[in-house]
Amino acid sequence: MAEAAAPAATDRLGPRIVVPAIIFSVLIAFPVMADLANASWLMTLATRMMIFAIAVVSLDLILGYGAMVSFGHAAFVGIGAYAVGILASHGMNDAALSFPVAIVAAALFAAVTGAICLRTRGVYFIMITLAFGQMAFFTATSLSAYGGDDGLTLWTRNTLFGTGLFADRLIFYYVVLAVLLAAYLICRSIVGSRFGRVLRGCKENERRMIAMGADPFRFRLVAYVIAGMIAGVSGALLANHAEFVSPAYMTWQRSGEFIIMAVLGGIGTLHGAILGAAAFLALEEILSHWTIHWRMIFGPLLILIVYFAPGGLSALLRSIGRND
Amino acid sequence: MTDPVLSIRNLSKAFGALVVTDDLSLDIMPGECHAIIGPNGAGKTTLIGQLSGELTPDGGHVLFKGADITDTAAHERPHLGLARSFQITNVLPGFSVLENVALAVQIHRGGNSRMIGRAAVETELNEAAMEALIRVGLAERAGTIASTLAHGEKRALELAMALALAPSVLLLDEPMAGTGHEETARMVALLKDLAGERTLVLVEHDMQAVFALADRITVLVGGRAIATDTPDAIRANADVRAAYLGEDAA
Repeated sequence: MAEAAAPAATDRLGPRIVVPAIIFSVLIAFPVMADLANASWLMTLATRMMIFAIAVVSLDLILGYGAMVSFGHAAFVGIGAYAVGILASHGMNDAALSFPVAIVAAALFAAVTGAICLRTRGVYFIMITLAFGQMAFFTATSLSAYGGDDGLTLWTRNTLFGTGLFADRLIFYYVVLAVLLAAYLICRSIVGSRFGRVLRGCKENERRMIAMGADPFRFRLVAYVIAGMIAGVSGALLANHAEFVSPAYMTWQRSGEFIIMAVLGGIGTLHGAILGAAAFLALEEILSHWTIHWRMIFGPLLILIVYFAPGGLSALLRSIGRND
Repeated sequence: MTDPVLSIRNLSKAFGALVVTDDLSLDIMPGECHAIIGPNGAGKTTLIGQLSGELTPDGGHVLFKGADITDTAAHERPHLGLARSFQITNVLPGFSVLENVALAVQIHRGGNSRMIGRAAVETELNEAAMEALIRVGLAERAGTIASTLAHGEKRALELAMALALAPSVLLLDEPMAGTGHEETARMVALLKDLAGERTLVLVEHDMQAVFALADRITVLVGGRAIATDTPDAIRANADVRAAYLGEDAA
């Protein structure tokens, strides 16, 4: 019995550490590799991938561990981006101010909408998160003082305590990487903690959790707000990266893309979210260069991947690791 | 005379036109094993649901240790010392056996908002969970994923999870449901052992088990208690024989 349990434990623990370690090692070394390959334009794409990955990691926290299919996750990203854009348009351009504002704004939106959404279940939860997401979208399009439909151009990236660190492409890359690593570690810690165990328990069997004395609503709401805050940071980074803020950041299509990225990478793994975001944006980039009808290929391709690798890319990697 | 630990006062509940609990009053005394029997549809499980807070009664009151808990949320009742087990096995299927029970211990002891530190390796939680598993005879299955357990083992896990909440009153909804002969005997021995230390409310169909365990028995028919008495008196009660025991005891 003890002998049988031991290999199973390493089997489960191994990829949990090895795959994330490989992912982050590649990300750390990426700028050097891109430079050697004379393809420094890839840096922009990689930075964008990581910013999306931050949002998808936060989505996986509630989707993969809390069974909350949020179809309005892009709203948090948009709110984070607008916090940066609106403050910048009033001359307040330091990240030491705009990032905390982005986080607090996203947290407030998550707390208010979450308290309502989490009264519902299943399809109703999806529809209500979608509705709140659309409310945020239409609010942004009607902000005529801040560009309305056209969005808002940032004249410069945020300063950080008065320094122009974000303006440097390489430094900004590593800032985004550091935020992604922090988001990943925070979520990893939450998932394994006492709080995370209650959250996972509520996903497994809500009725039993209530009978044991846990109120699922409380735990889900806290997780929802944390996920919203992390997505808000991703939005603040996105605004800086693009030097532009637009309602397009919070369309329901974007929320759907986040879910696809999470599923593509494998939900309930956290590192799968990074793989999913990277694969999605890479495919989009490659296919859209090839033909303007790239979505015709992209859609079926996604279906094939999900069909043949039900656990997403992270499950695919795990099975490759086993065969070795 | 001691006060009842759990007191049901004029409880009533109907689903549409179907009355499942009909002006029911019942006192559960501290330390007793109180069995509730009755034919199918007598409202036994619905009564457990109202006592555990999953169902809201239409009228009447539930008093626990003298306090009215009729409006207390289901998730607050275990913290007062009132826990339940389920008729249809109701565990966390994807969790290991140990984690199922360790989570119950964790919820009972508090500190559930902690977001740092791996809960799975906390020895104080795991040790308490192992104690409950040893008690129900599942210790060697601690590392198994709950969904892969045999039915009888799931019944034992079900009980270990309720025990881990250290309740003063344990509501048992058909703990022998679907178990084999040997498993039933083991469960009876286990419950007999428990009966000495805490109050048990036992809903059960297995009459042998009921008469072996119960200090008092309430017979429920159509949502009403037609008799509450000692096992011997229940066996001799003519109304009960007519209404329910007839086919079994004759």
